[in-house]
Amino acid sequence: MAFEGLTERLQNAMKKLRGKGKVSEADLRDTMREIRLALLEADVNFTVVKDFVKTVRDRAVGAKVLEGLNPAQQIVKIVDEELTKMMGETATPLNKSPKIPTIIMMVGLQGAGKTTTAGKLANHLKTEENARPLMIAADVYRPAAIDQLVTVGQQIDVPVFEMGTDTDPVEIVRQGLAQAQANHNDYVFIDTAGRLQIDEQLMDELARIKALANPTEIMLVVDAMTGQNAVATAEGFNDKLDVTGVILTKLDGDTRGGAALSIRAVTGKPIKFVGEGEKMSDLDVFHPDRMASRILGMGDMLSLIEKT
Amino acid sequence: EKSRHTFGERLNHLLANFRSVDEDFFDELEETLIGADVGYDMAMQISDQLREEVKLQNVKKSKDVKNVVVQKLIELYDAAGADEHTGLKMAEQGPTVILFVGVNGVGKTTTIGKMANRFKQEGQKVLLAAADTFRAGAIQQLNVWAERDGVDIVKKPEQSDPSAVVFDALKKAKAENYDILFVDTAGRLQNKANLMNELAKMKRVITREVPDAPHEVLLVLDATTGQNALNQAKLFKDTTDVSGIVLTKLDGTARGGIVLAIRNELHLPVKYVGLGEQVDDLRPFVPSEFIYGLFKGLIDVD
Ligand SMILES: Nc1nc2c(ncn2[C@@H]2O[C@H](COP(=O)(O)OP(=O)(O)OP(=O)(O)O)[C@@H](O)[C@H]2O)c(=O)[nH]1
Ligand SMILES: Nc1nc2c(ncn2[C@@H]2O[C@H](COP(=O)(O)OP(=O)(O)OP(=O)(O)O)[C@@H](O)[C@H]2O)c(=O)[nH]1
Ligand SMILES: [Mg+2]
Ligand SMILES: [Mg+2]
Repeated sequence: MAFEGLTERLQNAMKKLRGKGKVSEADLRDTMREIRLALLEADVNFTVVKDFVKTVRDRAVGAKVLEGLNPAQQIVKIVDEELTKMMGETATPLNKSPKIPTIIMMVGLQGAGKTTTAGKLANHLKTEENARPLMIAADVYRPAAIDQLVTVGQQIDVPVFEMGTDTDPVEIVRQGLAQAQANHNDYVFIDTAGRLQIDEQLMDELARIKALANPTEIMLVVDAMTGQNAVATAEGFNDKLDVTGVILTKLDGDTRGGAALSIRAVTGKPIKFVGEGEKMSDLDVFHPDRMASRILGMGDMLSLIEKT
Repeated sequence: EKSRHTFGERLNHLLANFRSVDEDFFDELEETLIGADVGYDMAMQISDQLREEVKLQNVKKSKDVKNVVVQKLIELYDAAGADEHTGLKMAEQGPTVILFVGVNGVGKTTTIGKMANRFKQEGQKVLLAAADTFRAGAIQQLNVWAERDGVDIVKKPEQSDPSAVVFDALKKAKAENYDILFVDTAGRLQNKANLMNELAKMKRVITREVPDAPHEVLLVLDATTGQNALNQAKLFKDTTDVSGIVLTKLDGTARGGIVLAIRNELHLPVKYVGLGEQVDDLRPFVPSEFIYGLFKGLIDVD
C-alpha cells in the first residue's frame, strides 16, 4: 500500500552508509529516523517506538558499530534481534488447568472479534485434541449476541449455555459452569460483551466474572487494525483483569499490525493466537518472527543484510 | 460530552514544558499528533505549516502557539472540503436508498439501528434490508433493531444472495412508498477482491432499480483504527463510490485523528459520529466540534 516498509527505508538510508570507512553520528541518526518512521506508519505506539529506537541506538553505539567493518549489516541485525525479543521469541501455548475444565474468558472492545474467536478456538481444540468444549453466552447487551454464539455453536457442533438477556451475566456464568461440571466439559469459553476499558461499571462486571470463575486464561481480543489507542486499551484491561494472553484478529487484512508490538510492550503478555478470516478454521498460533517482519514490512531480514 | 480529552491534555502538557519554540518543540508536536492517529504525513504537514506560521507571526511563547495550532487545524480541515455537502442527500422523489459499507465489526448494523430511529422519529416511513446474510446472527441483530425502532425489515434466510435481499427490499420500498431504505451489508476487509466485487454488484442492483440511487454510500469507520483506515477509505471508495463517513466508537479514548488524513487525501466528509451503543448515541458531525474535541483540554485552560 501507500507506506514504504522498513526494507526500502533502510536500503535508502544505508546506501549512504555504504562505501564509507566510518559512519558518522549523523548517519546513524538518519538510520534511526527511518526505523522510527517505519514503526509509526505501522501504528506502533509512539512511546513504544521511542523506547525501541533508543534501545537499538544504544546497542549500536555500545557495539562500536560506528567503527565497525560493516555497520549497516550490524544495525539491521540489532533491529531484528531486538524486535524478535520484544515480540516474544517463541510461540506461547494455551494455559491448561490441571483438572478440567480449563476456563477461557474472552474480553475486549466492541467488535474486536471475541465471539467469532471463541468459536474458532473451541473448534481448534475439538479438532486438535478431541475436546468437548462448552460456550457460555454472557453477553446480554449486544442485540442478538446470543443468537450469534448459538449459530457459531451449531456451525462447529459445540453446545452453548444461555439464559436469555434478563439474567445478570455473573449468574449466567455461575450456572453455565455448574452445567460444565455436570457434563464433564473439558473446556469452557465465556463470551463477554464488548466494552470500553474506561467503562467502570462494565469493567467491574468482568472483575466479578473473573472472581467467580477463576479462569485459566483471560484472553484479550484485539483488532489488528487498532491504532495508537491499543496501548490505552491493553493497559485498561490488563490493569483491571491481569489478562493472561492476547489474540490478534483480522490479520487477513492489509494492516501492518503494529498494535501487536505496542500491546506486548505495555503488558508483557504473550500473543497466543491470530485470527485470519471469518471462517471457523481461520485461526493460527502466533508466530513472533512473522509478526516482526510484517510490522516492519521486511520480507526477509537475511536478504536485506546480504544486500547492504 | 463524554469523549476525548487526552489529545488536548497531552498537547497542553507538551506546551507547558517548552518555554520557547524550538525544533524539539516541533518534534514533540509531531509525536503528539501521531498519538492521535492523524498519521505521519499529516502530522508532518501540520507541523510544517505551523513552523511557517510561527515564523510569520513571530510567536515565541507556547501560549500563543496553542492558538495558532487550533486555528491552523480548523483551517486545514475546512480547506480539504470547501463547499461540500455534509448532510444526507435525499431522493427528489421515491425512496432514498442508503448503502452501508465497511470492514468487520466497525458498527454498520448499530449505526443503521440508530439512524433508522432518527428518521422514524421525524415521521418518515423507514425500511431496513438485512443484506448481511453471511455473519452468524447478523439478520437477528438487525431484526432486533427493527423491532426496537418500530420499522419494517426485509430479510431472507442465512446464506441467501445478498443482492437478492437488496432487490426484494427495493421492490417493496417502491411498491409501498417507503421514504427511506437502509441497506446493511456484511463486514468485509478491503483487500478481499471477491467480497468487494459482491458489494459492487449490490450497488449495481440498486442503481438498476432506482436510477439515482444509492443516494448515499456511507463508509463506517471505527475511531480506534490506525493508519489502515486510509486503505479502507481508498478501496471502498474505488469500489462503491463512497459519499461520506460515519465515525463510530468516539465514546472511547481514541481520537479518530485518521479522519484528518482521509479528509486531506480523499476529500470524504464525515457525516455522523457514533458515541455509544444506545439508540440515541448518534450525532451529526460538526467539524469545529471535532477539532475542538481533539483540543479540548488545551482550550479549556485559558
Ligand atoms: N476478516 C476477519 N474478520 C473477523 C475476524 N475475527 C472476527 N471477524 C469479524 O469481525 C466482526 C466482529 O466479530 P465478533 O466476533 O462479533 O466480535 P465481538 O468482539 O464478539 O463483538 P461484540 O460482541 O459486539 O463486542 C464479525 O464480522 C466477524 O466475522 C478475523 O480474523 N478476520
Ligand atoms: N462504544 C461504542 N460501541 C459501538 C458503537 N457503534 C457500534 N458499537 C458496538 O460495536 C460492536 C459492533 O457493531 P456492529 O453494528 O455489529 O458492527 P458491524 O459493522 O455491523 O459488524 P459486522 O456486521 O460484523 O461487520 C457492537 O458491540 C456495537 O454495539 C459506538 O459508537 N460506540
Ligand atoms: Mg460478541
Ligand atoms: Mg453488521
